[in-house]
Amino acid sequence: MAVRASLFFLFLLLCSLLAAALYEDQVGIADWHQKYIGKTKQAVFHTQKAGRKRVVVATEENVIASLDLRSGDIYWRHVLGKNDPVDQIGITLGKYVVTLSSEGSVLRAWNLPDGQMSWETSLEVLKPSKSLLYVPANAGVEKDNLILVYGGGCLHAISSVDGEVAWKKEFSLEGFNVQGISQPLGGSIIYIVGFTSNSQVVVNKVNAKTGELLNHNSVAYPRGLSGEALQVSSDLLVALDAARSSLVTINFQASDISFHHMAISNLVQKSFVTVSLLPLNVNGMFAAKVDSTVVIARVKDTGELKVTEKINDPSCVSDAILLTEGQEAFAMVQHADNRIHLSIRVNNDIATEILKESISVDPQRGHAQKIFINNYVRTDRSHGFRALIVMEDHSLLLVQQGAIVWSREDGLASIVDSTVSELPVEKVGVSVAKVEENLLEWLKGHMLKLKGTLMLASAEDVATIQGMRLKNSEKNKMTRDHNGFRKLVIVLTKAGKVLALHTGDGRIIWSVLLPSLRESDVCDSPIALNIYQWHVPHHHAMDENPSLLIVGKCGQSSDAPGVLSVVDSYTGKELNSIMLAHSIAQVIPLPFTDSNEQRLHLIIDRNSYGHLYPRTPDSINIFLREMSSIYWYSVDAEKSMIRGHALKGKCDLDSADEYCFSSKELWSIIFPSESEKIATIATRKMNEVVHTQAKVNVDHDVMYKYISKNMVFAATVSPKASGEIGSATPEEASLVAYLIDAVTGRILHRVTHQGAQGPIHAVVSENWVVYHYFNLRAHRYEMSVIEIYDQSRAVNKDVWKLILGKHNLTSPITSYSRPEVVVKTQTYFFTHSVKAVAVTATAKGITSKQVLIGTIGDQVLALDKRFLDPRRTLNPSQAEKEEGIIPLTDTLPIIPQSYSTHSHQVEGLRDIVTIPTKLESTTLVFSYGVDLFFTRIAPSRTYDSLTEDFSYALLLITIIALVAAIIVTWILSEKKELREKWR
Amino acid sequence: MEKGKALARRWAVEFTEGTAATDVPDPLGFAARSSLDLEDANQSRQKKEAEANWKSQKAWEVAQSPFKNLMMMGFMMWMAGSTVHLFSIGITFSALWQPISALQSVGKVFEPYKDPRVDTLAPKLLFIALNLAGLALGVWKLNTLGLLPTHASDWVSSLAPAQEVEFAGGGFPIY
Repeated sequence: MAVRASLFFLFLLLCSLLAAALYEDQVGIADWHQKYIGKTKQAVFHTQKAGRKRVVVATEENVIASLDLRSGDIYWRHVLGKNDPVDQIGITLGKYVVTLSSEGSVLRAWNLPDGQMSWETSLEVLKPSKSLLYVPANAGVEKDNLILVYGGGCLHAISSVDGEVAWKKEFSLEGFNVQGISQPLGGSIIYIVGFTSNSQVVVNKVNAKTGELLNHNSVAYPRGLSGEALQVSSDLLVALDAARSSLVTINFQASDISFHHMAISNLVQKSFVTVSLLPLNVNGMFAAKVDSTVVIARVKDTGELKVTEKINDPSCVSDAILLTEGQEAFAMVQHADNRIHLSIRVNNDIATEILKESISVDPQRGHAQKIFINNYVRTDRSHGFRALIVMEDHSLLLVQQGAIVWSREDGLASIVDSTVSELPVEKVGVSVAKVEENLLEWLKGHMLKLKGTLMLASAEDVATIQGMRLKNSEKNKMTRDHNGFRKLVIVLTKAGKVLALHTGDGRIIWSVLLPSLRESDVCDSPIALNIYQWHVPHHHAMDENPSLLIVGKCGQSSDAPGVLSVVDSYTGKELNSIMLAHSIAQVIPLPFTDSNEQRLHLIIDRNSYGHLYPRTPDSINIFLREMSSIYWYSVDAEKSMIRGHALKGKCDLDSADEYCFSSKELWSIIFPSESEKIATIATRKMNEVVHTQAKVNVDHDVMYKYISKNMVFAATVSPKASGEIGSATPEEASLVAYLIDAVTGRILHRVTHQGAQGPIHAVVSENWVVYHYFNLRAHRYEMSVIEIYDQSRAVNKDVWKLILGKHNLTSPITSYSRPEVVVKTQTYFFTHSVKAVAVTATAKGITSKQVLIGTIGDQVLALDKRFLDPRRTLNPSQAEKEEGIIPLTDTLPIIPQSYSTHSHQVEGLRDIVTIPTKLESTTLVFSYGVDLFFTRIAPSRTYDSLTEDFSYALLLITIIALVAAIIVTWILSEKKELREKWR
Repeated sequence: MEKGKALARRWAVEFTEGTAATDVPDPLGFAARSSLDLEDANQSRQKKEAEANWKSQKAWEVAQSPFKNLMMMGFMMWMAGSTVHLFSIGITFSALWQPISALQSVGKVFEPYKDPRVDTLAPKLLFIALNLAGLALGVWKLNTLGLLPTHASDWVSSLAPAQEVEFAGGGFPIY
């Protein structure tokens, strides 16, 4: 009957529109969109043209953006592709931003005011190498300035007006690495200095107009060179020698190359461990970082070095800017407690700081990592400075006159992983102190509101009223709501910062730069990996806070030790952090919790030992009881194999660690390496809820779904076709999709798509898999669906047995029973290429599903699962139509209204996360990339709640009118009856 | 049945009129009673027989009345079609409700025709049979609409998926 009712409901749905779009005025009610740019790599200011106070930045997320210097807002922004990192940035002719990207192979010019691309030139690159962009200083705007680009063994001169390549010069010398390009002022000669791999210093003299090689000179430096060098002036180069113990000054403009060499120990007058050169860009000066001290030295024309200043423990040093002729300034940042000290010095008087500012900075932003300065002329003709500071958490600050003018939380552009936490339960009894405070606040608020209504409020007051209204509005409250729409989205960024965002408006509730994931002596280069739910209280939800587990590791190598950190999800306080003794290969959250409701996590290290967390006697008891039914599998893409393991017992290591377990290999699937290479795997989400195990056909027949959380979808492609689309012919490309049981290693299903190639994106839910790939024969993208059914349960068809409960459908099942399975598949064309695929998740799993597709246009398309139903036929019967089966078409439709991102673009989209709400019909969708986008979708419309535009007043009026009518008619009838009786 | 009651009352009225005519007391020794009694008894027997006849006839009529209803219902159902919507559901439920309510009031329906000389059992049985047929029609309609849980699918859908004994996790190593 329930099925029938749901069918009836589906029929109703069919009658209505397929797509559930929103009206223009509904945008922003349930969704929010935040734009970011990522960690700034380079910045150029342009304030020459007064009036437009902007800065152009290039970031690690391959974004070029123009920011407003007053507010930090984005004027324009371009997100280059994932494979197109910006290497260099410069300004030419005062109106173009020139960017060199993809290792010096693409040069683009963007119009400064509006960000439109004015030209693009692709340059030939012979071999990958360091790229250099040399934009000559404004020697005259009218003159056709040539931009010099060195990249991949070629020097190109490009006209800055239209991007035409004026000339090109190849340097085919083996191991040649350019260190500097210089063009003496107004000269027609360009010097290109570089080192070869065998410590030869090579100087090429090239005619600036024609590119003709005038002179070639090379001298070997007997002590060897480390390859690190700085160009300090138009004719001097400072380099580190091979032993990294002394500095070499190279004068290359003279007819013969001269060296001058000086031991660093002489410079600093002490022994040292590390040394590196810092770019300073001050004419005739350079900086070297020796251990933690920065040494600023002047290079005399003769090549002699003279230390002018030593500064201890600076965080970073900026490039120099030209103040007046011959006077250059640079900034330096030092840290003390929670304050940063910014000092600015000029080149002719290094010892004195012409400006010294101390700014208090949120400790959660960490240390300053980069600084860019810019000057302006004050009314009294003195120089003022503003500094753009990139912090450790990738945020961007603008500091001016000793205060932070604005800050941007750009770490959010590089989210690594995300999870969700519930908000605190609304408490009924509140303490007295809180009430008093609230009373005062309440009075204040009402005074303000009164002021507002009487039009007495100032602009500031209006802002506070607005803020209060926002805070008090239902969706932004800091407590749990009835529908479960209000939650905290907790994200972990690449910088090791954890931020909690409110789902109502996306504001940051708390943020913490995890101390365990910061660079320190114990942990050299920490990497943030994943975030998991550690503790979700149900029994004591009122007085216990949920907490999160953040997993990271120290260093790039596979045997780098892991770092665990537990963070309170309401306050962001780090409760505990452990530096692990073992490496982390996999983190497996187990479906068990201990008596404190902490989730058990099994961490597998590189040597296939399992480590149990939390390390409590309680958890180990639970784990030992369940150990025989816990399995794990590892995917080795290089060897093209999948291995299954079971846990054996205590570790056989020397140390007696109770929480360490050894494992044995149970099974392995080895794919033929000459024809198959693992491209992707996909599994069901652990928290997915399935409502029913039966699928009812049109003729009331039951198909039993094969619902197993241990089912793994793996896809392999032929090695030849593992590259980009078009790199292989259809004959040599093939794609094989597998459904594997991860417990027994049994291959449940295998299908080969001839002439298909990756990239493959797959999503698994309930008993189906949807995957997206490219069909080389049809020259189109395709999406396939596999539904898998358990045939061994199909015998349960006797109605009486089912009524009386004499069946085994709900008894626990084991993978070792080897159920017989059947699959249904279908394939469709799909127009878009895809960046990410996800599926909606609801609380009970009753609502029909939608597949969420992150398209190449950085939008999220919600496609009904009904379009991906293998039972679709060309001419469905009446009964099939009633059930909601759509006639088969070769292409999946893209309905413009079904974009859940509507008009927004989630630039650089990387992942889509779906979160169930308490309301069965609704799913929260959080998609992130460079931008963040959050919305709420209802795949079958909100059938379990009234829409927001429902007229409650009308309902109330109707009820009142009906009640009144009942009373009136009752009185009338009573009277009439009385009259009848008297008659 | 209203008709029957009214008729019975009219008889009674006539009877009282008869008594009203004998207002004057009979003279002494007047023995006309016996003859009158005889005539009277004869008359009343005839009358009672006619009443019984009439009652049984009426009872049969009442017993057959659901048949008309049945035909009507059948036509309506045919008109309603076999898809689930408001109209067909309404028709089906009224087709179910009518026989049930009629069956509940079998005794009341045949109350006016209660007579020791009239056998109401047979009409009652016919009435019940016809109503049951109506009910069966309603149930059949319910089934054709697919609202009866007669398929395995109707019983399985509410069952939760089976628990799994084993648990497996893993994937690509994170390095």
